[in-house]
Amino acid sequence: MKCPTLRVGHHKTICDCVVGAALCDRPLYAREKPVWRGRGGRATSPVVRPSSLQPSPPAFLIAPLAALADTSLVELIRDIGRRILRLTVYVGGLTVMIGRLLASLPQILGSARLVVYQMLTMGVRSLPLIILTSVFTGAVSAWQAAYQFQNFVPMRFLGTAVGKAIVIELAPVLTALVVAGRVGASIAAELGTMRVTEQIDALEVMGVDPVRYLVMPRVTSGAIMLPVLVLFSDFVAILGALVVAVLMVNLSATTFLNGVKLFFHMSDMYAGLFKASIFGIIISLIGCYQGFQTRGGAEGVGRSTTGAVVIASVLILISDYLIATMLFRV
Amino acid sequence: MIAIRGLVKSLDHRVVLNGVDLDVAKGETLVVIGRSCCGKSVLLKHVLGLMKPDAGTVTIFGKQLDQLDRAHLYELRMRCGVLFQGGALFDSLTVAENVGLGLSENTTKSKSEIADIVAERLEWVGLAGIGPRAPSDLSGGMRKRAALARAIAMDPEIVLYDEPTTGLDPITAEGINDLIVRLRERLKVTAIAVTHDMNSAFKIGDRIAMLHAGKIIFDGSVDQLRNSADPIVQQFIVGATTGPLEPL
Ligand SMILES: Nc1ncnc2c1ncn2[C@@H]1O[C@H](COP(=O)(O)OP(=O)(O)OP(=O)(O)O)[C@@H](O)[C@H]1O
Ligand SMILES: [Mg+2]
Repeated sequence: MKCPTLRVGHHKTICDCVVGAALCDRPLYAREKPVWRGRGGRATSPVVRPSSLQPSPPAFLIAPLAALADTSLVELIRDIGRRILRLTVYVGGLTVMIGRLLASLPQILGSARLVVYQMLTMGVRSLPLIILTSVFTGAVSAWQAAYQFQNFVPMRFLGTAVGKAIVIELAPVLTALVVAGRVGASIAAELGTMRVTEQIDALEVMGVDPVRYLVMPRVTSGAIMLPVLVLFSDFVAILGALVVAVLMVNLSATTFLNGVKLFFHMSDMYAGLFKASIFGIIISLIGCYQGFQTRGGAEGVGRSTTGAVVIASVLILISDYLIATMLFRV
Repeated sequence: MIAIRGLVKSLDHRVVLNGVDLDVAKGETLVVIGRSCCGKSVLLKHVLGLMKPDAGTVTIFGKQLDQLDRAHLYELRMRCGVLFQGGALFDSLTVAENVGLGLSENTTKSKSEIADIVAERLEWVGLAGIGPRAPSDLSGGMRKRAALARAIAMDPEIVLYDEPTTGLDPITAEGINDLIVRLRERLKVTAIAVTHDMNSAFKIGDRIAMLHAGKIIFDGSVDQLRNSADPIVQQFIVGATTGPLEPL
Protein backbone atom coordinates (compact mmCIF):
# COMPACT_ATOMS: atom_id res chain seq x y z
CA MET A 1 0.00 0.00 0.00
CA LYS A 2 1.29 3.41 -0.88
CA CYS A 3 1.02 6.62 0.96
CA PRO A 4 -1.51 8.60 -1.08
CA THR A 5 0.24 11.93 -0.48
CA LEU A 6 3.17 10.69 -2.50
CA ARG A 7 1.25 11.62 -5.57
CA VAL A 8 0.26 15.03 -4.25
CA GLY A 9 3.85 15.89 -3.58
CA HIS A 10 3.53 18.74 -1.10
CA HIS A 11 5.85 17.00 1.31
CA LYS A 12 7.43 14.76 -1.19
CA THR A 13 10.91 14.66 0.24
CA ILE A 14 9.78 13.27 3.51
CA CYS A 15 6.93 11.34 2.01
CA ASP A 16 6.55 7.84 3.35
CA CYS A 17 7.36 8.89 6.76
CA VAL A 18 6.38 10.44 10.02
CA VAL A 19 4.86 13.58 8.55
CA GLY A 20 3.22 11.57 5.85
CA ALA A 21 1.62 9.33 8.35
CA ALA A 22 0.58 12.15 10.58
CA LEU A 23 -0.92 14.27 7.82
CA CYS A 24 -2.28 11.86 5.27
CA ASP A 25 -5.87 10.97 5.66
CA ARG A 26 -4.89 7.41 5.00
CA PRO A 27 -2.39 6.26 7.61
CA LEU A 28 0.88 4.75 6.50
CA TYR A 29 0.46 1.62 8.54
CA ALA A 30 -3.18 1.31 7.61
CA ARG A 31 -4.51 -2.19 7.58
CA GLU A 32 -4.74 -3.65 4.18
CA LYS A 33 -8.16 -4.57 2.93
CA PRO A 34 -9.30 -7.64 4.78
CA VAL A 35 -8.27 -10.85 3.13
CA TRP A 36 -10.85 -13.58 3.01
CA ARG A 37 -9.22 -16.67 4.42
CA GLY A 38 -12.24 -18.91 4.59
CA ARG A 39 -13.03 -21.08 7.56
CA GLY A 40 -11.72 -19.87 10.86
CA GLY A 41 -9.05 -17.82 9.14
CA ARG A 42 -8.37 -14.35 10.45
CA ALA A 43 -7.95 -11.38 8.19
CA THR A 44 -4.30 -10.52 7.81
CA SER A 45 -3.11 -6.99 8.23
CA PRO A 46 0.50 -6.79 7.11
CA VAL A 47 2.50 -3.83 8.31
CA VAL A 48 4.05 -1.92 5.45
CA ARG A 49 7.55 -0.69 6.22
CA PRO A 50 8.55 2.70 4.90
CA SER A 51 11.48 1.21 3.00
CA SER A 52 9.13 -0.71 0.76
CA LEU A 53 7.48 2.46 -0.48
CA GLN A 54 8.38 4.21 -3.68
CA PRO A 55 9.88 6.59 -4.63
CA SER A 56 12.58 6.79 -1.98
CA PRO A 57 13.78 10.22 -0.92
CA PRO A 58 17.44 10.94 -0.15
CA ALA A 59 18.72 8.52 2.41
CA PHE A 60 20.29 11.18 4.67
CA LEU A 61 16.85 12.67 5.11
CA ILE A 62 14.81 9.58 5.46
CA ALA A 63 17.10 7.56 7.71
CA PRO A 64 16.56 9.50 10.94
CA LEU A 65 12.86 9.90 10.26
CA ALA A 66 12.44 6.28 9.39
CA ALA A 67 14.29 5.46 12.56
CA LEU A 68 11.86 7.68 14.40
CA ALA A 69 8.97 5.93 12.78
CA ASP A 70 10.49 2.63 13.76
CA THR A 71 11.01 3.78 17.33
CA SER A 72 7.27 4.00 17.18
CA LEU A 73 6.59 7.72 17.48
CA VAL A 74 3.89 7.18 14.91
CA GLU A 75 2.65 4.21 16.80
CA LEU A 76 2.59 6.31 19.94
CA ILE A 77 0.53 9.06 18.33
CA ARG A 78 -1.78 6.55 16.80
CA ASP A 79 -2.05 4.73 20.10
CA ILE A 80 -3.02 7.92 21.90
CA GLY A 81 -5.63 8.58 19.23
CA ARG A 82 -6.98 5.09 19.55
CA ARG A 83 -7.22 5.40 23.31
CA ILE A 84 -9.07 8.70 23.11
CA LEU A 85 -11.44 7.18 20.61
CA ARG A 86 -12.01 4.14 22.79
CA LEU A 87 -12.62 6.33 25.83
CA THR A 88 -15.15 8.39 23.92
CA VAL A 89 -16.96 5.27 22.75
CA TYR A 90 -16.90 3.92 26.31
CA VAL A 91 -18.35 7.07 27.83
CA GLY A 92 -20.92 7.28 25.03
CA GLY A 93 -22.05 3.70 25.55
CA LEU A 94 -22.22 4.20 29.31
CA THR A 95 -24.35 7.30 28.81
CA VAL A 96 -26.75 5.40 26.59
CA MET A 97 -27.03 2.69 29.21
CA ILE A 98 -27.72 5.26 31.93
CA GLY A 99 -30.43 6.72 29.72
CA ARG A 100 -32.08 3.32 29.30
CA LEU A 101 -31.68 2.71 33.01
CA LEU A 102 -33.51 5.92 33.88
CA ALA A 103 -36.21 5.05 31.38
CA SER A 104 -36.72 1.67 33.07
CA LEU A 105 -36.94 3.10 36.60
CA PRO A 106 -40.75 3.49 36.50
CA GLN A 107 -41.00 -0.30 36.26
CA ILE A 108 -39.10 -0.76 39.49
CA LEU A 109 -42.13 -1.99 41.41
CA GLY A 110 -42.71 -4.77 38.92
CA SER A 111 -39.11 -5.85 39.42
CA ALA A 112 -39.16 -5.60 43.22
CA ARG A 113 -38.35 -9.29 43.54
CA LEU A 114 -35.20 -8.89 41.48
CA VAL A 115 -34.14 -5.84 43.49
CA VAL A 116 -34.61 -7.65 46.79
CA TYR A 117 -32.62 -10.61 45.53
CA GLN A 118 -29.75 -8.33 44.52
CA MET A 119 -29.92 -6.53 47.87
CA LEU A 120 -29.43 -9.89 49.53
CA THR A 121 -26.48 -10.94 47.39
CA MET A 122 -24.81 -7.53 47.40
CA GLY A 123 -25.60 -6.40 50.90
CA VAL A 124 -26.11 -9.26 53.29
CA ARG A 125 -23.41 -11.49 51.83
CA SER A 126 -20.88 -8.65 51.90
CA LEU A 127 -21.52 -7.97 55.56
CA PRO A 128 -19.00 -10.40 57.11
CA LEU A 129 -16.19 -9.01 54.96
CA ILE A 130 -17.20 -5.43 55.71
CA ILE A 131 -17.28 -6.13 59.45
CA LEU A 132 -13.86 -7.73 59.35
CA THR A 133 -12.24 -4.88 57.43
CA SER A 134 -14.01 -2.25 59.52
CA VAL A 135 -12.86 -3.61 62.90
CA PHE A 136 -9.25 -3.38 61.80
CA THR A 137 -9.70 -0.02 60.11
CA GLY A 138 -11.10 1.39 63.34
CA ALA A 139 -8.45 -0.31 65.43
CA VAL A 140 -5.52 0.92 63.37
CA SER A 141 -6.83 4.47 63.12
CA ALA A 142 -7.22 4.63 66.90
CA TRP A 143 -3.70 3.28 67.36
CA GLN A 144 -2.16 5.66 64.84
CA ALA A 145 -4.07 8.65 66.18
CA ALA A 146 -2.94 7.82 69.70
CA TYR A 147 0.63 7.61 68.45
CA GLN A 148 0.34 11.05 66.86
CA PHE A 149 -1.45 12.56 69.86
CA GLN A 150 0.98 11.48 72.56
CA ASN A 151 2.52 14.42 74.40
CA PHE A 152 0.75 16.96 72.15
CA VAL A 153 -3.01 16.43 72.14
CA PRO A 154 -5.09 15.32 75.13
CA MET A 155 -6.21 11.73 74.66
CA ARG A 156 -9.84 12.64 75.37
CA PHE A 157 -9.93 13.98 71.81
CA LEU A 158 -8.97 10.56 70.46
CA GLY A 159 -12.59 9.58 69.93
CA THR A 160 -13.32 12.87 68.19
CA ALA A 161 -10.58 12.49 65.60
CA VAL A 162 -11.10 8.81 64.98
CA GLY A 163 -14.88 9.08 64.89
CA LYS A 164 -14.83 11.92 62.37
CA ALA A 165 -12.31 10.18 60.15
CA ILE A 166 -14.33 6.99 60.17
CA VAL A 167 -17.74 8.50 59.57
CA ILE A 168 -16.69 10.96 56.89
CA GLU A 169 -14.04 9.13 54.93
CA LEU A 170 -12.74 5.79 56.09
CA ALA A 171 -15.95 3.81 56.33
CA PRO A 172 -17.54 5.00 53.06
CA VAL A 173 -14.40 4.77 50.94
CA LEU A 174 -13.01 1.53 52.31
CA THR A 175 -16.40 -0.15 52.23
CA ALA A 176 -16.87 0.99 48.65
CA LEU A 177 -13.46 -0.32 47.62
CA VAL A 178 -14.07 -3.68 49.28
CA VAL A 179 -17.51 -3.93 47.66
CA ALA A 180 -16.05 -2.92 44.29
CA GLY A 181 -13.67 -5.86 44.57
CA ARG A 182 -16.28 -8.29 45.71
CA VAL A 183 -19.56 -7.26 44.12
CA GLY A 184 -18.41 -5.16 41.15
CA ALA A 185 -16.22 -8.01 39.97
CA SER A 186 -18.94 -10.60 40.35
CA ILE A 187 -21.47 -8.44 38.49
CA ALA A 188 -19.03 -8.00 35.61
CA ALA A 189 -18.21 -11.70 35.54
CA GLU A 190 -21.82 -12.77 35.67
CA LEU A 191 -23.07 -10.38 33.02
CA GLY A 192 -19.96 -10.94 30.93
CA THR A 193 -20.60 -14.66 30.89
CA MET A 194 -24.21 -13.98 29.99
CA ARG A 195 -23.01 -11.81 27.13
CA VAL A 196 -20.58 -14.30 25.63
CA THR A 197 -23.01 -17.20 25.97
CA GLU A 198 -25.70 -15.13 24.21
CA GLN A 199 -27.96 -15.07 27.26
CA ILE A 200 -28.30 -11.30 26.95
CA ASP A 201 -29.29 -11.73 23.30
CA ALA A 202 -31.79 -14.33 24.46
CA LEU A 203 -33.31 -11.85 26.89
CA GLU A 204 -33.58 -9.30 24.11
CA VAL A 205 -35.41 -11.64 21.79
CA MET A 206 -37.79 -12.71 24.53
CA GLY A 207 -38.84 -9.11 24.75
CA VAL A 208 -37.22 -8.69 28.17
CA ASP A 209 -35.16 -5.52 28.31
CA PRO A 210 -31.78 -6.58 29.73
CA VAL A 211 -31.26 -3.12 31.18
CA ARG A 212 -34.45 -3.38 33.19
CA TYR A 213 -33.98 -7.04 34.05
CA LEU A 214 -30.26 -7.05 34.86
CA VAL A 215 -28.91 -3.52 35.30
CA MET A 216 -31.72 -1.74 37.11
CA PRO A 217 -32.01 -4.18 40.04
CA ARG A 218 -28.25 -4.14 40.54
CA VAL A 219 -27.88 -0.37 40.43
CA THR A 220 -30.88 0.18 42.69
CA SER A 221 -29.65 -2.31 45.21
CA GLY A 222 -26.17 -0.77 45.07
CA ALA A 223 -27.63 2.66 45.81
CA ILE A 224 -29.60 1.29 48.76
CA MET A 225 -27.26 -1.30 50.21
CA LEU A 226 -23.98 0.60 50.25
CA PRO A 227 -25.26 3.17 52.78
CA VAL A 228 -26.54 0.31 54.91
CA LEU A 229 -23.17 -1.39 54.76
CA VAL A 230 -21.47 1.89 55.60
CA LEU A 231 -23.70 2.31 58.65
CA PHE A 232 -22.54 -1.08 59.87
CA SER A 233 -19.00 -0.17 59.02
CA ASP A 234 -19.24 3.11 60.99
CA PHE A 235 -20.52 1.28 64.00
CA VAL A 236 -18.07 -1.59 63.90
CA ALA A 237 -15.06 0.59 63.15
CA ILE A 238 -15.80 2.86 66.11
CA LEU A 239 -16.20 -0.26 68.21
CA GLY A 240 -12.78 -1.45 67.02
CA ALA A 241 -11.31 1.91 67.89
CA LEU A 242 -12.95 1.77 71.30
CA VAL A 243 -11.39 -1.60 72.03
CA VAL A 244 -7.94 -0.31 71.13
CA ALA A 245 -8.50 2.86 73.16
CA VAL A 246 -9.54 0.92 76.24
CA LEU A 247 -7.12 -1.98 76.08
CA MET A 248 -4.01 -0.40 74.58
CA VAL A 249 -4.20 3.35 75.26
CA ASN A 250 -5.68 2.94 78.75
CA LEU A 251 -8.53 5.33 78.08
CA SER A 252 -11.86 4.74 79.73
CA ALA A 253 -14.72 3.83 77.44
CA THR A 254 -16.71 6.88 78.59
CA THR A 255 -13.87 9.27 77.81
CA PHE A 256 -13.48 7.77 74.35
CA LEU A 257 -17.21 7.84 73.60
CA ASN A 258 -17.58 11.37 74.95
CA GLY A 259 -14.82 12.29 72.54
CA VAL A 260 -16.77 10.72 69.71
CA LYS A 261 -19.89 12.64 70.68
CA LEU A 262 -18.02 15.92 70.95
CA PHE A 263 -18.36 17.82 67.66
CA PHE A 264 -20.35 14.93 66.19
CA HIS A 265 -22.68 16.35 63.54
CA MET A 266 -25.44 14.35 61.95
CA SER A 267 -24.65 16.15 58.71
CA ASP A 268 -21.26 14.38 58.59
CA MET A 269 -23.05 11.10 58.86
CA TYR A 270 -25.52 12.00 56.13
CA ALA A 271 -22.70 13.13 53.86
CA GLY A 272 -20.96 9.80 54.40
CA LEU A 273 -24.12 7.89 53.59
CA PHE A 274 -24.85 10.04 50.54
CA LYS A 275 -21.36 9.33 49.26
CA ALA A 276 -21.87 5.64 49.89
CA SER A 277 -24.98 5.70 47.76
CA ILE A 278 -23.10 7.32 44.89
CA PHE A 279 -20.31 4.75 45.26
CA GLY A 280 -22.87 1.96 45.17
CA ILE A 281 -24.27 3.30 41.92
CA ILE A 282 -20.78 3.58 40.44
CA ILE A 283 -19.86 0.01 41.40
CA SER A 284 -23.00 -1.56 39.97
CA LEU A 285 -23.11 0.61 36.88
CA ILE A 286 -19.49 -0.04 35.93
CA GLY A 287 -19.83 -3.74 36.72
CA CYS A 288 -22.89 -4.00 34.49
CA TYR A 289 -21.42 -1.97 31.67
CA GLN A 290 -18.18 -3.95 31.72
CA GLY A 291 -20.24 -7.11 31.60
CA PHE A 292 -22.30 -5.89 28.66
CA GLN A 293 -19.13 -4.87 26.82
CA THR A 294 -17.54 -8.29 27.16
CA ARG A 295 -16.35 -10.00 24.03
CA GLY A 296 -14.41 -13.12 23.30
CA GLY A 297 -15.01 -15.99 25.68
CA ALA A 298 -13.58 -16.70 29.10
CA GLU A 299 -10.57 -14.48 28.54
CA GLY A 300 -12.84 -11.56 27.73
CA VAL A 301 -14.81 -12.18 30.92
CA GLY A 302 -11.58 -12.04 32.90
CA ARG A 303 -10.59 -8.79 31.27
CA SER A 304 -13.98 -7.17 31.95
CA THR A 305 -13.88 -8.27 35.54
CA THR A 306 -10.48 -6.76 36.19
CA GLY A 307 -11.56 -3.65 34.34
CA ALA A 308 -14.69 -3.34 36.46
CA VAL A 309 -12.72 -3.33 39.71
CA VAL A 310 -10.05 -0.94 38.45
CA ILE A 311 -12.43 1.53 36.85
CA ALA A 312 -14.86 1.50 39.75
CA SER A 313 -12.07 1.99 42.29
CA VAL A 314 -10.60 4.91 40.40
CA LEU A 315 -14.02 6.51 39.94
CA ILE A 316 -14.79 6.03 43.64
CA LEU A 317 -11.66 7.89 44.69
CA ILE A 318 -12.14 10.68 42.14
CA SER A 319 -15.81 11.17 42.99
CA ASP A 320 -14.93 11.08 46.69
CA TYR A 321 -12.74 14.09 46.16
CA LEU A 322 -15.35 15.87 44.06
CA ILE A 323 -18.09 15.24 46.60
CA ALA A 324 -15.81 16.41 49.40
CA THR A 325 -15.22 19.73 47.67
CA MET A 326 -18.95 20.14 47.14
CA LEU A 327 -20.25 19.09 50.55
CA PHE A 328 -17.51 20.24 52.89
CA ARG A 329 -16.79 23.91 52.29
CA VAL A 330 -13.45 24.94 53.72
CA MET B 1 -43.38 -12.25 6.50
CA ILE B 2 -39.61 -11.86 6.59
CA ALA B 3 -37.84 -9.86 3.91
CA ILE B 4 -34.12 -9.22 3.87
CA ARG B 5 -32.75 -6.83 1.29
CA GLY B 6 -29.12 -6.13 0.40
CA LEU B 7 -27.84 -7.03 3.86
CA VAL B 8 -24.18 -6.15 4.35
CA LYS B 9 -22.29 -6.69 7.60
CA SER B 10 -18.61 -6.54 8.47
CA LEU B 11 -17.28 -7.82 11.75
CA ASP B 12 -13.70 -7.23 12.88
CA HIS B 13 -12.75 -5.64 9.53
CA ARG B 14 -14.04 -8.63 7.66
CA VAL B 15 -17.05 -8.71 5.40
CA VAL B 16 -19.26 -11.51 6.68
CA LEU B 17 -22.47 -10.77 4.77
CA ASN B 18 -22.14 -9.06 1.44
CA GLY B 19 -25.55 -8.31 0.00
CA VAL B 20 -27.96 -10.98 1.19
CA ASP B 21 -31.51 -11.03 -0.16
CA LEU B 22 -34.01 -13.47 1.29
CA ASP B 23 -37.77 -13.75 1.59
CA VAL B 24 -39.78 -16.07 3.76
CA ALA B 25 -43.51 -16.28 3.16
CA LYS B 26 -46.04 -16.79 5.93
CA GLY B 27 -46.15 -20.38 7.09
CA GLU B 28 -43.03 -21.32 5.19
CA THR B 29 -39.85 -22.87 6.59
CA LEU B 30 -36.67 -21.71 4.93
CA VAL B 31 -33.53 -23.69 5.61
CA VAL B 32 -30.24 -21.85 5.29
CA ILE B 33 -27.24 -24.05 4.70
CA GLY B 34 -23.63 -23.05 4.40
CA ARG B 35 -20.21 -23.89 5.72
CA SER B 36 -19.07 -23.12 9.22
CA CYS B 37 -18.19 -19.50 9.76
CA CYS B 38 -19.96 -18.31 6.62
CA GLY B 39 -22.22 -16.05 8.68
CA LYS B 40 -25.40 -18.05 9.16
CA SER B 41 -25.72 -17.16 12.82
CA VAL B 42 -24.91 -13.55 12.01
CA LEU B 43 -27.71 -13.59 9.45
CA LEU B 44 -30.19 -14.86 12.04
CA LYS B 45 -29.10 -12.18 14.50
CA HIS B 46 -30.06 -9.54 11.98
CA VAL B 47 -33.57 -10.86 11.58
CA LEU B 48 -34.52 -9.80 15.12
CA GLY B 49 -32.35 -6.73 15.27
CA LEU B 50 -29.70 -8.17 17.60
CA MET B 51 -27.15 -6.88 15.12
CA LYS B 52 -27.52 -3.77 13.04
CA PRO B 53 -26.76 -4.05 9.33
CA ASP B 54 -24.02 -1.88 7.80
CA ALA B 55 -26.28 -1.59 4.77
CA GLY B 56 -29.57 -3.09 3.69
CA THR B 57 -32.85 -3.64 5.48
CA VAL B 58 -34.71 -6.33 7.37
CA THR B 59 -38.50 -6.31 7.42
CA ILE B 60 -40.61 -8.59 9.60
CA PHE B 61 -44.39 -8.51 9.97
CA GLY B 62 -44.30 -5.74 7.36
CA LYS B 63 -42.24 -3.44 9.60
CA GLN B 64 -38.72 -2.36 8.78
CA LEU B 65 -36.61 -2.96 11.87
CA ASP B 66 -34.36 0.08 11.70
CA GLN B 67 -37.40 2.36 11.76
CA LEU B 68 -38.82 0.94 14.98
CA ASP B 69 -38.21 2.31 18.44
CA ARG B 70 -37.28 -0.07 21.22
CA ALA B 71 -40.80 -0.59 22.54
CA HIS B 72 -42.17 -1.55 19.14
CA LEU B 73 -39.18 -3.75 18.43
CA TYR B 74 -39.81 -5.64 21.69
CA GLU B 75 -43.46 -6.02 20.73
CA LEU B 76 -42.43 -7.70 17.48
CA ARG B 77 -39.83 -9.84 19.20
CA MET B 78 -42.43 -11.23 21.57
CA ARG B 79 -44.13 -12.76 18.56
CA CYS B 80 -40.90 -14.55 17.66
CA GLY B 81 -38.89 -17.37 19.17
CA VAL B 82 -35.21 -18.09 18.75
CA LEU B 83 -33.23 -21.23 19.37
CA PHE B 84 -29.65 -20.07 19.80
CA GLN B 85 -26.82 -22.23 18.58
CA GLY B 86 -25.42 -22.68 22.08
CA GLY B 87 -28.82 -22.80 23.74
CA ALA B 88 -28.23 -19.59 25.73
CA LEU B 89 -30.19 -20.88 28.70
CA PHE B 90 -30.08 -18.60 31.73
CA ASP B 91 -27.93 -20.49 34.17
CA SER B 92 -29.21 -18.59 37.18
CA LEU B 93 -32.70 -20.00 36.58
CA THR B 94 -34.11 -23.53 36.50
CA VAL B 95 -35.14 -25.09 33.21
CA ALA B 96 -38.80 -24.39 33.95
CA GLU B 97 -38.08 -20.76 34.81
CA ASN B 98 -36.12 -20.48 31.59
CA VAL B 99 -38.99 -21.75 29.52
CA GLY B 100 -41.51 -19.61 31.38
CA LEU B 101 -39.51 -16.40 31.60
CA GLY B 102 -41.05 -14.75 28.54
CA LEU B 103 -44.50 -15.57 29.82
CA SER B 104 -43.93 -14.38 33.38
CA GLU B 105 -42.23 -11.15 32.28
CA ASN B 106 -44.48 -10.19 29.41
CA THR B 107 -47.92 -11.57 30.09
CA THR B 108 -50.41 -11.45 32.94
CA LYS B 109 -50.80 -15.22 33.04
CA SER B 110 -50.97 -16.74 36.50
CA LYS B 111 -48.24 -18.96 37.91
CA SER B 112 -50.25 -22.14 37.42
CA GLU B 113 -51.14 -21.28 33.83
CA ILE B 114 -47.48 -20.69 33.10
CA ALA B 115 -46.51 -23.93 34.82
CA ASP B 116 -49.00 -25.81 32.61
CA ILE B 117 -47.60 -24.28 29.41
CA VAL B 118 -44.03 -24.96 30.53
CA ALA B 119 -44.80 -28.58 31.32
CA GLU B 120 -46.50 -29.01 27.95
CA ARG B 121 -43.58 -27.54 25.99
CA LEU B 122 -41.05 -29.60 27.90
CA GLU B 123 -43.06 -32.67 27.04
CA TRP B 124 -43.06 -31.72 23.36
CA VAL B 125 -39.27 -31.77 23.32
CA GLY B 126 -39.09 -34.95 25.39
CA LEU B 127 -37.96 -33.36 28.63
CA ALA B 128 -41.00 -33.93 30.82
CA GLY B 129 -40.11 -33.66 34.48
CA ILE B 130 -36.82 -31.87 33.88
CA GLY B 131 -38.28 -28.49 34.89
CA PRO B 132 -36.79 -28.11 38.37
CA ARG B 133 -33.23 -28.88 37.29
CA ALA B 134 -30.55 -26.31 36.58
CA PRO B 135 -29.39 -25.95 32.97
CA SER B 136 -25.82 -26.69 33.99
CA ASP B 137 -26.90 -30.17 35.12
CA LEU B 138 -28.18 -31.12 31.67
CA SER B 139 -26.33 -32.80 28.82
CA GLY B 140 -25.62 -30.75 25.69
CA GLY B 141 -28.47 -32.32 23.77
CA MET B 142 -30.91 -31.80 26.63
CA ARG B 143 -29.88 -28.16 26.85
CA LYS B 144 -30.57 -27.73 23.16
CA ARG B 145 -34.03 -29.23 23.58
CA ALA B 146 -34.76 -27.11 26.64
CA ALA B 147 -33.77 -24.07 24.61
CA LEU B 148 -36.12 -25.22 21.87
CA ALA B 149 -38.92 -25.49 24.43
CA ARG B 150 -38.17 -21.93 25.52
CA ALA B 151 -38.17 -20.71 21.92
CA ILE B 152 -41.69 -21.99 21.34
CA ALA B 153 -43.10 -21.18 24.78
CA MET B 154 -44.90 -18.02 23.74
CA ASP B 155 -46.63 -19.49 20.69
CA PRO B 156 -44.44 -17.52 18.32
CA GLU B 157 -45.47 -16.72 14.77
CA ILE B 158 -41.84 -16.68 13.61
CA VAL B 159 -39.25 -19.12 14.90
CA LEU B 160 -35.54 -19.00 14.12
CA TYR B 161 -33.66 -22.23 14.67
CA ASP B 162 -29.87 -22.09 14.77
CA GLU B 163 -28.73 -25.66 14.21
CA PRO B 164 -31.63 -27.39 15.96
CA THR B 165 -30.27 -30.92 15.54
CA THR B 166 -26.51 -30.52 16.01
CA GLY B 167 -25.22 -32.51 18.95
CA LEU B 168 -28.25 -34.78 19.15
CA ASP B 169 -28.31 -38.51 18.55
CA PRO B 170 -29.99 -39.49 15.26
CA ILE B 171 -33.21 -40.58 16.90
CA THR B 172 -33.66 -37.45 19.02
CA ALA B 173 -32.67 -35.39 15.98
CA GLU B 174 -35.43 -37.05 14.03
CA GLY B 175 -37.84 -36.26 16.88
CA ILE B 176 -36.86 -32.60 16.73
CA ASN B 177 -37.30 -32.59 12.95
CA ASP B 178 -40.78 -34.00 13.44
CA LEU B 179 -41.54 -31.35 16.03
CA ILE B 180 -40.44 -28.57 13.69
CA VAL B 181 -42.58 -29.98 10.89
CA ARG B 182 -45.50 -30.29 13.30
CA LEU B 183 -45.15 -26.68 14.40
CA ARG B 184 -45.22 -25.62 10.80
CA GLU B 185 -48.24 -27.68 9.93
CA ARG B 186 -50.36 -27.17 13.04
CA LEU B 187 -49.42 -23.70 14.19
CA LYS B 188 -48.53 -22.28 10.75
CA VAL B 189 -45.22 -21.09 12.12
CA THR B 190 -42.97 -19.17 9.75
CA ALA B 191 -39.40 -20.28 10.28
CA ILE B 192 -35.79 -19.91 9.28
CA ALA B 193 -33.62 -22.86 10.23
CA VAL B 194 -29.86 -22.85 9.94
CA THR B 195 -28.24 -26.23 9.70
CA HIS B 196 -25.38 -28.30 8.33
CA ASP B 197 -27.39 -31.47 8.68
CA MET B 198 -28.61 -32.16 5.14
CA ASN B 199 -30.95 -34.89 6.31
CA SER B 200 -32.69 -32.42 8.59
CA ALA B 201 -32.61 -29.71 5.90
CA PHE B 202 -34.41 -31.92 3.40
CA LYS B 203 -36.93 -32.95 5.99
CA ILE B 204 -37.95 -29.61 7.50
CA GLY B 205 -37.38 -27.20 4.63
CA ASP B 206 -39.99 -25.95 2.21
CA ARG B 207 -37.18 -24.08 0.58
CA ILE B 208 -33.44 -24.16 0.95
CA ALA B 209 -30.99 -21.31 0.53
CA MET B 210 -27.25 -21.66 0.52
CA LEU B 211 -25.04 -18.93 1.93
CA HIS B 212 -21.52 -18.76 0.61
CA ALA B 213 -18.89 -16.02 0.77
CA GLY B 214 -21.41 -13.54 2.08
CA LYS B 215 -24.02 -14.10 -0.60
CA ILE B 216 -26.97 -16.38 -1.27
CA ILE B 217 -25.71 -18.59 -4.10
CA PHE B 218 -28.73 -20.85 -4.23
CA ASP B 219 -32.38 -20.40 -3.31
CA GLY B 220 -34.99 -22.95 -4.31
CA SER B 221 -36.96 -26.05 -3.44
CA VAL B 222 -35.46 -29.27 -2.12
CA ASP B 223 -35.71 -30.88 -5.56
CA GLN B 224 -34.11 -27.91 -7.25
CA LEU B 225 -31.27 -28.15 -4.72
CA ARG B 226 -30.73 -31.84 -5.45
CA ASN B 227 -30.61 -31.13 -9.17
CA SER B 228 -28.57 -27.94 -8.94
CA ALA B 229 -25.70 -27.81 -11.39
CA ASP B 230 -23.65 -25.45 -9.22
CA PRO B 231 -20.49 -27.38 -8.26
CA ILE B 232 -20.29 -25.62 -4.87
CA VAL B 233 -23.86 -26.62 -3.99
CA GLN B 234 -23.31 -30.17 -5.18
CA GLN B 235 -20.10 -30.51 -3.20
CA PHE B 236 -21.83 -29.21 -0.09
CA ILE B 237 -24.87 -31.48 -0.18
CA VAL B 238 -22.80 -34.55 -0.97
CA GLY B 239 -20.10 -33.59 1.50
CA ALA B 240 -17.25 -34.30 -0.91
CA THR B 241 -13.68 -33.32 -0.12
CA THR B 242 -12.92 -32.74 -3.79
CA GLY B 243 -14.45 -29.81 -5.63
CA PRO B 244 -14.29 -26.02 -5.68
CA LEU B 245 -14.20 -25.75 -1.85
CA GLU B 246 -11.22 -26.63 0.31
CA PRO B 247 -12.20 -29.19 2.93
CA LEU B 248 -10.10 -27.47 5.60
N1 LIG C 1 -20.04 -10.66 17.65
C1 LIG C 1 -19.09 -10.88 16.74
N2 LIG C 1 -18.00 -10.09 16.70
C2 LIG C 1 -17.04 -10.29 15.79
N3 LIG C 1 -17.06 -11.25 14.88
C3 LIG C 1 -18.10 -12.08 14.86
C4 LIG C 1 -19.17 -11.94 15.80
N4 LIG C 1 -20.08 -12.90 15.55
C5 LIG C 1 -19.59 -13.61 14.52
N5 LIG C 1 -18.42 -13.13 14.09
C6 LIG C 1 -17.63 -13.62 12.97
O1 LIG C 1 -18.48 -13.75 11.86
C7 LIG C 1 -18.19 -14.92 11.13
C8 LIG C 1 -19.44 -15.73 10.92
O2 LIG C 1 -19.88 -16.23 12.18
P1 LIG C 1 -21.20 -17.08 12.34
O3 LIG C 1 -21.33 -17.34 13.80
O4 LIG C 1 -22.33 -16.41 11.66
O5 LIG C 1 -20.84 -18.41 11.58
P2 LIG C 1 -21.81 -19.60 11.24
O6 LIG C 1 -22.07 -19.58 9.79
O7 LIG C 1 -22.99 -19.57 12.15
O8 LIG C 1 -20.87 -20.83 11.60
P3 LIG C 1 -21.25 -22.17 12.37
O9 LIG C 1 -21.91 -23.04 11.39
O10 LIG C 1 -19.92 -22.70 12.79
O11 LIG C 1 -22.12 -21.80 13.51
C9 LIG C 1 -17.13 -15.65 11.91
O12 LIG C 1 -15.90 -15.47 11.24
C10 LIG C 1 -17.09 -15.01 13.25
O13 LIG C 1 -15.78 -14.94 13.72
MG1 LIG D 1 -23.64 -20.50 13.72
